[in-house]
Amino acid sequence: MKYLPVIGLEVHVELKTKSKMFCGCSTQYFGKAPNSQTCAVCLGMPGGLPVPNKKAIEWCILIGIALNGKIALHSKFDRKNYFYPDLAKGYQISQYDMPFAKNGYLILQNGKKIRIRRVHMEEDTGKLMHEKINGESVSLIDFNRSGVPLVEIVTEPDFENAEEVKEYLQALQQIVRYLEVSDANMERGEMRLEPNISLTVKKGVLPPYKVEVKNINSFKFVEKAINFEIKRQEILLSDGITPPQETRGWNETKNETILQRVKEEANDYRYFPEPDIPPIQLTNEIIEKLTKFIPELPNIKAKRFKSSYDLSSYDIEILTRDKNTADFFDKAVLDGKSFSVTPKQIANYIINKKPDIEKSVPSEIIKTILSSSKSNTIDEQKLTSVIEKVLQENKNAINDYKNGKTNVIMYLLGQVLRLYDEKIDPKLVKENLEKYLNNN
Amino acid sequence: MKFNVSHIAKLANLHIDKNELELLSSQLTKTLTYINILKDINTENTPNTDQVTGLKNVVRDDIVTSSFTQEEALLNAKDSYKGFFKVKGILENE
Amino acid sequence: MNTLTLTEAIENLKNKSFSSVELTNACISRIQNTDSKLNAVITLIKEQAIENAEKSDVKRSKGIDLPLLGIPYVLKDNFSTQNIRTTASSNVLANFIPPYNATVVQKLEDAGAILIGKTNLDAWAHGSSTETSDFGPTKNPWNVGYLPGGSSGGSAASIAANQAIFAIGSETAGSIRQPASWCGVVGLKPTYGRVSRFGVVAMASSLDSPGPLTKTVKDAALVLKVIAGHDPKDATSSPLLVPDYANNLQNKKKMTIGVSEDYFNSVDSQVANAVYKAIEEFEKKGMLIKKIKLFDPKYAISDYTIIQRAEVSSNLARYDGIRYGNGRDMFGEEAKRRIMLGTFTLSSGYYDAYYNKAVKVRTEIINDFNKAFSEVDAIVAPTAPTAALPLGATKENSMFGELADVLVEPSSIAGLSGINVTCGFTSLGLPIGMQIIGPQFKEEVVLQLAHLFEQNTLFHKQQAKL
Repeated sequence: MKYLPVIGLEVHVELKTKSKMFCGCSTQYFGKAPNSQTCAVCLGMPGGLPVPNKKAIEWCILIGIALNGKIALHSKFDRKNYFYPDLAKGYQISQYDMPFAKNGYLILQNGKKIRIRRVHMEEDTGKLMHEKINGESVSLIDFNRSGVPLVEIVTEPDFENAEEVKEYLQALQQIVRYLEVSDANMERGEMRLEPNISLTVKKGVLPPYKVEVKNINSFKFVEKAINFEIKRQEILLSDGITPPQETRGWNETKNETILQRVKEEANDYRYFPEPDIPPIQLTNEIIEKLTKFIPELPNIKAKRFKSSYDLSSYDIEILTRDKNTADFFDKAVLDGKSFSVTPKQIANYIINKKPDIEKSVPSEIIKTILSSSKSNTIDEQKLTSVIEKVLQENKNAINDYKNGKTNVIMYLLGQVLRLYDEKIDPKLVKENLEKYLNNN
Repeated sequence: MKFNVSHIAKLANLHIDKNELELLSSQLTKTLTYINILKDINTENTPNTDQVTGLKNVVRDDIVTSSFTQEEALLNAKDSYKGFFKVKGILENE
Repeated sequence: MNTLTLTEAIENLKNKSFSSVELTNACISRIQNTDSKLNAVITLIKEQAIENAEKSDVKRSKGIDLPLLGIPYVLKDNFSTQNIRTTASSNVLANFIPPYNATVVQKLEDAGAILIGKTNLDAWAHGSSTETSDFGPTKNPWNVGYLPGGSSGGSAASIAANQAIFAIGSETAGSIRQPASWCGVVGLKPTYGRVSRFGVVAMASSLDSPGPLTKTVKDAALVLKVIAGHDPKDATSSPLLVPDYANNLQNKKKMTIGVSEDYFNSVDSQVANAVYKAIEEFEKKGMLIKKIKLFDPKYAISDYTIIQRAEVSSNLARYDGIRYGNGRDMFGEEAKRRIMLGTFTLSSGYYDAYYNKAVKVRTEIINDFNKAFSEVDAIVAPTAPTAALPLGATKENSMFGELADVLVEPSSIAGLSGINVTCGFTSLGLPIGMQIIGPQFKEEVVLQLAHLFEQNTLFHKQQAKL
């Protein structure tokens, strides 16, 4: 039997506000002494009361708008009750039935629409570490992270494979970075992913179970974890076993998901409206005003770069990857006009020479391009055909690469340089090769 | 209405002794019977009251204020280690 | 000295008839001489209080004046006090030392008041007797074989015994008014949101209202002025301006007082008669008395029980013994019962039938009061169905608290203002209290009526003999 993956995604994004969600403690917990940024509120001490951070709410709404969500005019906070040592109050302040945004979507390159069920605001927990001290297993808790604003973005189970998930995640990361509301650095835990995966026999029919995978801190691992789960579940299903509803964790040393806990009856969060925080009411005027803060988002920028500058999708992808580069490029194009430097020349320069845009000025780049205008430009078509030829002749090398022997790329690089037979930047060739290998 | 004391105790993170179980169950069942009189009141079209003040949109500006020192934070802790709160190891496959 | 009202004490300190050190010492020795009988104060703050009294005397000598400069007071032990043990009368918090002050405490400190003791309460303020305290019961100064009421029983008894010039308590439903009634003192429950809850050990967050317990109505007005007002640390505190209550105690217009028969139904006859007499007194003073119909208070008991237990179950979840305090095994029976019931009413499958029903009935109760207040300025009723009951009364009924508070719960659910004033004594010599309930943020109305009554009667002059 052929099974179709049904994948949904929960993403948590930590906002980079200065202060925490419900108190004035600093959010900059990275590298700080443990428990040095807490107060009665985020330590859950008696009588500590939450007062919501205005900026965090606005930013959550911005994310909702950027993801095409419908913004709620009436909203509120709720308490999600459960016990865990890293949860100071014994409940997490979150949003239950009235999230700030609902029914959004994000469109993938292939035109597929990923529906976004909700975008809501909540607070982070403290950080738990498990250690052995004098032979005794203990857990250590640091509450510096407790109360840092988190935005949760939940999709419908619309993904069918790991590549779609990866593309969505990259797009989402790019959007929150464009909005400048989060650095969304996965290694630092500023963006956390929890895919839920199941298999169905018929498109549109939801399976009677769902497996959630946690502890994923890179895009590479999300792909691996999903693919691992698909295989694991396929084996179970073909043996006539319905995979149990459970939470698994990605183990990067074993390269597999392992069972964390089985969903049990005790998972009853007893949500109720947070009595300590009055409701949030928005007006269409407020929403419009917030909308004005949304910059040109990556997908729209890409379209403009295509229509105004006629750049290749490869160039556009690189130039729009982060907002600062795109803005720098836009300015350089403007400066270049009077010197007849074309957008393509500027794009090539930025992509190949990788100037430190934090330190350079667009007009200087134009000067550099003009002075070195004699230097040969790359014939992209020629390069592509050479790469294709080399890869055709070295199928084994491709397999080696895919199996993790990435060093083989150096061999391929040599082949391409030899065949190209003109002076060309090897770094650029290597990039193109990598792109090729990863996409085929 | 029968009250499943052990299930609720688990949710509430309370340890209820066996000898307390019976009494608690009967007391809670009694209370539940008592409060059932709310059924007399028709609330079909009544909105909820979560709060009585009528306040809305109460927020604070994103400004950092002073925190406890680490010593203050840990002052009342049963057990701490190098600035962390310390508890018995929590078993988890991580 | 310690028997003085707040108004008198302020006067005397201003006139330099005595110093704050003398006054503070007088109160502290009164506590030391009487508290073995009462157990009203669970933490006596002696050295620090004297030190603060000295400082305030120095301030005064420099010409500095503050509303409560040099006045000793006692505080219910569910208010967080920086560097001073705060227990909520529960073994869970037996050794908890907060690194912060409740906003009320900070405001009182800023106004010059001197904290001399922290008073007993039902553990976690769960109760109406102060008998469920993990630090032993408080006794009623009028007769130590009787209960002081609760949960602010320590504060009420302390004032009735003249251990301090004024006291602070907190009310969720009845916890200021009912002990004030049983101990024969003035107890003001401000509108929910009038006084900040920051730093007060939360009982039911949508109901908790801190307020004063005092010897006279004017004293209550003076203290309220100091502790009320918006607090940036409490999102539910009202931004409304705080009137000068004490200078506004004379009612300027003829007021209409509502009386509802349902509030007299299951009330002890001595209590009912005293309150009816009080109503006649109001009529004599030119007030208009109007019969009104209110929801039967029995519905409020059920409604309150569900909402309060639900919030309690969540509010007590933080006490896990990790960051502070002892573990959850230290909760007493009453707290466990409340946590269990609240957990149940919020749990999957029961939420709609209980919690969600209760928040709708809450709307009906509010609407009912709104209708009443469109016709009357205030409502007068007994504060409690009986005068003080003998020690041990709580053991007989797990709903004891709710039944003792039946007449104060409806107004608490609606977040209204209310005050207790003494309006008589039983044949056993125990005080009888009447409550005046006003609309939201109309503390001046209940204060004016209470003041009018006090000015024309002598009940408040009687002192408990210890």
